[in-house]
Amino acid sequence: MKDFKKISVRNMTKRFGEKIAVNDFSLEFGKGEFVTFLGPSGCGKSTALNCITGLIPITGGEIWIDDECIDDSKNKVSPEKREFGMVFQNYALFPHLSVRENVAFGLKLRHIRHAEIAQRVEAALKLVHLDGYGSKFPSQMSGGEQQRVAIARCIVLEPRLLLLDEPLSNLDAKLRVELRYELKALHERLKVTTIYVTHDQTEALALSDRIVVLRLGRIQQVGTPSEVFSDPSNLFVADFMGFKNMWTAKVESLSAKGERLEATLDAQGLKLVASLAWPEGDSRRAVIEEAHRTGQPMRTAVRPEDISLAPRGSHNSFECAASIVEYQGQASQVSATVTATAGPGLEALRVDLRSGTLISEGEVFSASIPPEKLLLFPATESAAEASRWTP
Amino acid sequence: MSVKFKPSRILFVASIVFYVFIVLGILLTVVLNSLSKGWFSGVLPPYLTTEWYAYAANDHDIPSLLGVTFTVVIADVLISLLIAFPAAYVLARHEFKGKALLLSAFLLPMIVPPMTYGLPLAMLAYKVHIAARVIGVVIVNLVPIVPFMVLVLLPFIEQVGTNLESAAKMLGANRWTIFRRVLVPLTVPGILTASILSLVKAISMFDLTYLVAGGNSQTIVVALYADAYAAGARPPQAVDALAVLYFLIAMTCLIIALKFVSPTQMVFKLK
Amino acid sequence: MRGAAGRGIVPLLIPALIFLVLLFLYPFAYGLFLSFTSAKGQFTFGNYLRFFSDARDFRTILVTLQISVPVTLFNVALAVPFAYYMRRGIKGERIITFFLIVPITLGTVLISEGMLTFMGPAGWFNQLLMALHIVKDPFQFTHNYLGVVISLALQGFPYAFLMLLGYVSGINPDLEKASQMLGANKWQTFWKILFPLMVPGIAIAFSLNFVMAFSVFPSAVLLGQPSGPTRVIAIAAYQWAFEKFNFNAASAISMVMAAIELIVISVVLVWRNRMYKGATMVGKG
Repeated sequence: MKDFKKISVRNMTKRFGEKIAVNDFSLEFGKGEFVTFLGPSGCGKSTALNCITGLIPITGGEIWIDDECIDDSKNKVSPEKREFGMVFQNYALFPHLSVRENVAFGLKLRHIRHAEIAQRVEAALKLVHLDGYGSKFPSQMSGGEQQRVAIARCIVLEPRLLLLDEPLSNLDAKLRVELRYELKALHERLKVTTIYVTHDQTEALALSDRIVVLRLGRIQQVGTPSEVFSDPSNLFVADFMGFKNMWTAKVESLSAKGERLEATLDAQGLKLVASLAWPEGDSRRAVIEEAHRTGQPMRTAVRPEDISLAPRGSHNSFECAASIVEYQGQASQVSATVTATAGPGLEALRVDLRSGTLISEGEVFSASIPPEKLLLFPATESAAEASRWTP
Repeated sequence: MSVKFKPSRILFVASIVFYVFIVLGILLTVVLNSLSKGWFSGVLPPYLTTEWYAYAANDHDIPSLLGVTFTVVIADVLISLLIAFPAAYVLARHEFKGKALLLSAFLLPMIVPPMTYGLPLAMLAYKVHIAARVIGVVIVNLVPIVPFMVLVLLPFIEQVGTNLESAAKMLGANRWTIFRRVLVPLTVPGILTASILSLVKAISMFDLTYLVAGGNSQTIVVALYADAYAAGARPPQAVDALAVLYFLIAMTCLIIALKFVSPTQMVFKLK
Repeated sequence: MRGAAGRGIVPLLIPALIFLVLLFLYPFAYGLFLSFTSAKGQFTFGNYLRFFSDARDFRTILVTLQISVPVTLFNVALAVPFAYYMRRGIKGERIITFFLIVPITLGTVLISEGMLTFMGPAGWFNQLLMALHIVKDPFQFTHNYLGVVISLALQGFPYAFLMLLGYVSGINPDLEKASQMLGANKWQTFWKILFPLMVPGIAIAFSLNFVMAFSVFPSAVLLGQPSGPTRVIAIAAYQWAFEKFNFNAASAISMVMAAIELIVISVVLVWRNRMYKGATMVGKG
């Protein structure tokens, strides 16, 4: 395996006729990193992946491995010479070859000695817990087993870059969690540089060193799982990461509290306080100050999990009436309407939250939002538009 | 996008052009020859005439040929549908012992050459006095068409989920009502496809028809073959006039058919 | 699935069963019976002995194989790269497939009739060859072995091609990508992945094409020399039945035909099973 320090994708663009599938995509990743492309279907994540492999020719931009250019949209190193490995959603095992022959396929092409091939194949199968399956055929195996073979078939070649295209989405829920765990363990052990494509935020959060959120072919945010989870860069990412409650709100007052900025908000009559972790000099401060001055409405977002039941009158609380309660074991998913007692004209304001105590439908209760959990975004796009992209 | 001149591409295009040239050449020759007079050399005939059509019309009982051809084709399609649809329905819906065997038995008439079973079938037809009659032609041509229809219909019926039928049953419909009001309407695309494919197939069926047809039960193909066989008996242009008539009918059917089906469906389906 | 619609629907099979027995199995059995019967109705091997000892009749096997084997090999060998080339669809696919389906739809008789003029001494094809200085004098394409072979290729190639096209486009395109990602170039991917996966399709295409070519009849008469070099086995059977009215002899010949086809198809299937072991494994895909 040729060693390298980093792979850089620069301004990669892919057009299909009029449609731009990948738009000005730039990203650098270091050796051993686990990067996930996350986004709803049609966001261009799979296309981006296929462009990096060379299976889809790029229309613009460049791909570099250290100082070796492997693709500049005119000349490219063909996919079979890039020494990348790819795992497909539908496994793509060769049905006419046994498991052993599938795994040995790439090694044979490299004219490696028989004895070494046999030994490396066995080692790879052992790594994915399939020792003893060598002479089976793909059609005799379960989906999970087939995907392990596909992984073994790649890692046996010690690829410079391993690409996985929604590898778990054809599996049932239990297997998905199991194999996800194994993928993590495998990465810990082999430290192979990995790009993982998924639409499932749980998978992305669990596996990645960094997450790249995509929408309409454009990168929305690049960050560690916790950054993307708790500090989404825009409404779309927030919506995709589960900030289900999104209200239009006006900024009534602003005050700096150390590293944080405290804002009092009027969300259609509901008074709320948000404590924003925007340090001095954060560009977002300018935006909110502008909104405060002009009275331009913004959007506020909070996760159902972050709203809790609270005694009447506690900080940042309001009253609401439960309309739909879904019991989900540990907690219930509650959909409620903010009641008129909290302020005039609030019937339209809906709130989703999770409650550990049982609430019956129609019950009126008080809920509160911790100010530091309330996020604020420019209202450049409606929540409806953003939520269209939720899978 | 720039067109790349790869050798494989050039070879491919050249072969296609060559093939199309031959097919078009054959068809145009037939048409042009049927309209020509004194065409012994040169690219185009020196004179054009319609006299060979008059000759052919005089030579053959054209209305009878057309009548027999269409009767045979339509009757075969309809009868095959009546036999094949229920069979395909059972094969799609019911698991039973010997199902695989039955399916391969249905395949047999399609892969065994017509001459093998056609000869004894023709002999039987003569024995029971249906040979040389339209009914005989209709019956022998069923042999390859019915299995073909079963195979075309099968996936269409499998596609219609059983839950719709169950739902209808829950609503109190009896079996016949389900068949008529649920299954048949839902499989119209399949019935249409199967009928069209069979129709196109039936028009050009030669071997079996030839073995049993005679006198007033000739279809156009058989008459055409007989004319071409007895080459000295009439001018070749007159034979081509009849060929053009057949060509027009077959092409019309093909063009209509291609509105509903794709060319790959017209050959034996591979699973 | 069992009993999804109940056992009560089984009687719907009856018309098809009657059809199968009456129009196919019974005639076939009747033919078999006739072939072992003398004109007087006694059991005999005579019909077969006569066929195999009559040099003129026996030769028809060789003649037919000489026509059908090369033409089938040619059709399938050409159809494989063409189907491969068009597997993801190309520009003008509809028009190309249209021209391919035309000779199949029109049938042998019209194609043969057209070929007589088109490829005849004064036909356009010879005119073109002479204009291009490929030949000096008109080349004899009709009334010989070549004529029959060309007519069978014109109809058999599209048949094999369309069948394989349907088959190849059904192969998961990710397999090709996977092979490429594992380091195989186009050539290696074709021979190690696509071709082995096409083997079952090739086997069926070959078998059906062979059956078509082996039972060649009208074009052997119209385009060949039916009294000699292209007197194929179907002509012999037809002549015994309808010119000499010896149905017993004719039946024996048609049974020989069936037997030879069975042998060839078995050989093809054995080849298929040796090439493609994965497919014989049962299980979900």
